[in-house]
Amino acid sequence: MENLLVAENIYKQFGNFTALNNVSIAIPRGSIFGLLGPNGAGKTTLLRIINQITMPDRGQVYLDGKPLHPDDIAHIGYLPEERGLYKSMKVGEQALYLARLKGLSKTEAKTRLEYWFKKLQIEGWWDKKIQELSKGMAQKIQFIITVLHQPKLLIFDEPFSGFDPVNAGLIKNEILQLKEEGATILFSTHRMESVEELCDYMALIHKSNKLLDGKVSEIKRAYKSNTYEVGLESENNAVLFAELNEKFVIGNTNFKSINDDLKLTIQLNNQETPNQLLEYLLGRARINHFVEVIPSVNDIFIKTVTQNA
Amino acid sequence: MRNLKLIIQREYLARVRNKTFIIMTFLSPLFLIGMFALIAYLSMLNSSEQRIIGLYDESEMFATEFKDQEQVQYLDLSGKTLEQAKSLVNEQEYYGLLYIPENIDKTLEGVQFFGKESPGLGTVQAIEKTIADRLTREELIERGIDVNQLNEARTEVKIEIQNFSGQRTSKMSNYIKMFFGGAAGYLLMMFIIIYGNMVMRSVIEEKTNRIIEIIVSSVKPIQLMMGKVLGTSLAGITQFTIWVILAGALAMISFYVLGIDIFTVQKSQLESIEQIAKPQVAQLVMDVINLPILSLIIFFLIYFIGGYFLYSAIYAAIGAAVDSETDTQQFMFPVILPLMLGIYVGFFSVIENPHGSVSTIFSMIPLTSPIVMLMRIPFGVPWWELAISVTILILTNFAVIWLAAKIYRVGILMYGKKASYKELFKWLKY
Repeated sequence: MENLLVAENIYKQFGNFTALNNVSIAIPRGSIFGLLGPNGAGKTTLLRIINQITMPDRGQVYLDGKPLHPDDIAHIGYLPEERGLYKSMKVGEQALYLARLKGLSKTEAKTRLEYWFKKLQIEGWWDKKIQELSKGMAQKIQFIITVLHQPKLLIFDEPFSGFDPVNAGLIKNEILQLKEEGATILFSTHRMESVEELCDYMALIHKSNKLLDGKVSEIKRAYKSNTYEVGLESENNAVLFAELNEKFVIGNTNFKSINDDLKLTIQLNNQETPNQLLEYLLGRARINHFVEVIPSVNDIFIKTVTQNA
Repeated sequence: MRNLKLIIQREYLARVRNKTFIIMTFLSPLFLIGMFALIAYLSMLNSSEQRIIGLYDESEMFATEFKDQEQVQYLDLSGKTLEQAKSLVNEQEYYGLLYIPENIDKTLEGVQFFGKESPGLGTVQAIEKTIADRLTREELIERGIDVNQLNEARTEVKIEIQNFSGQRTSKMSNYIKMFFGGAAGYLLMMFIIIYGNMVMRSVIEEKTNRIIEIIVSSVKPIQLMMGKVLGTSLAGITQFTIWVILAGALAMISFYVLGIDIFTVQKSQLESIEQIAKPQVAQLVMDVINLPILSLIIFFLIYFIGGYFLYSAIYAAIGAAVDSETDTQQFMFPVILPLMLGIYVGFFSVIENPHGSVSTIFSMIPLTSPIVMLMRIPFGVPWWELAISVTILILTNFAVIWLAAKIYRVGILMYGKKASYKELFKWLKY
């Protein structure tokens, strides 16, 4: 089975508001999948449907090729965007409670909790109450609870919001390690850098519709515009600029450089290759900087969203 | 099922471990006993006060009629002038001065009472009766009627009330039934409000803590809601059981002090009680023992569970619909209203006529039946009425829990949306 989770034509309406309009996604096994979209696009609704918290009006979700079943909650770990813990309950007690709700036996849950508490160096917290802990500390516990039952599919909704950089880094490494161990991870976020960094696949949801999905590298390839960023040094930069401006579509850019360069982006048409551009430039200037402009996820996101506005 | 058990367990422990719960359970009976003791003590203090009333009798007919009693002493001041008597009463701080004019007749006109403060109703009635009795006797003699013969002819009527199963009752026992029924109904209302509020607060807590979405990704919302309602009800039953045991222990101790063996209470024993205590106390004890205490406790539990489930499902839905406890006000009124109605119908209608149509109808309506029926039970309710009432209650429970669960399911995941009745109605259709 290639895909661990497939959601097919999910349609969901709240009153007169359509939250999801025939959205389909497929998450390959062992990958990190980024679900992108502005606030209110319908990401959280889709995640809730996958978690069987809300039922779709139409459409079907498959896990491991089989329609989703209530028992499948044991195979899914969900860290919601709106997350918290019981304030007056002891850390160990409520971790145990939440783990047992996921189907773990008491002894099994306890052993695993001890392992994770040790791993994240929080052994001393067992008898503390949540109200005695800081927000970041509580988030570590929430993370442990999400992954404790070793689910096949991990779902993180805005996982890094509210984490301080140290904890965010820690959690990121844990997520990558979980992927190494074979877990499939679904991310929902509007922070593009994390997608850039972590995700193999992505889908873009905007105003209840899916606009785009696929492998991140393929999407980027599709969105690149044969544009190159160059840093050129010549005897007369103004003359060079006029010459280039006549021959190519050029734009302004900026990058760090120790030289007194002419910094430009040069867009080629479909027939031209970077080699031809290099040949053209070789005789005219000293080339200090030459790099292909690859659109960032952020660029793609903004471009797609504004196109469909 | 496994998860439901886990939730019930957590909710139960969360309630029972709460400090307020422990304090409430053990201190409130003490507080109640203390209150009763205080009231009894204060009323004893009140009645042990000696009052002196000056008597200024110009007709010279009543000097022997006003006899000193436990609380009131009469002092004949007829020898002085009225002004002297008045100032004496004032100086000595007597309770008052009763003035009876010379030519007193049936209308009692001219009789006056002077005092710093207006006398109590009981005192006035006693004085009026004494004067009227004396005048009546005068009148009878004047008309040539032999007073002794009249007294002999007078018949004493005392109806002995008995139900068909042969249980004798008395007027006193009616008061006791009222007391126990009323107490049970009132207690039930308090339980519903207190424990319903606990459910509501716990729902709001989960919502504001933002733990709710973590939990509902593991269990169905209705499981969580039912687990919460059940766990909290078990805490309520625990508290009730502790109170029954405490009350039972207290009763045992007081019976032991009075020398009654409740397991072999017989008529003969009643007499032996009479030797120790006043006859009224003995009768009271017997009336209490003859109450259907066991069925009262059993039906208290049945109606507690039925009524509590009904209301706490509503409370849970309210908790889910709001973001904080301050937003609950607009929804609380319709919940409190039927409970108050039940109490008022109970206190006015049931006591007046326990099996009248108003009482019967309100003991069938599921929102009031737990309270009203409990108040009726000590007076004896036919089993088929109980069966109908409980059946209606159970059926309503299913319907209300179903509706509440729908609101709950949507509400727990809604943040920052001000819920209105219109909004709630829409949620039912999601």
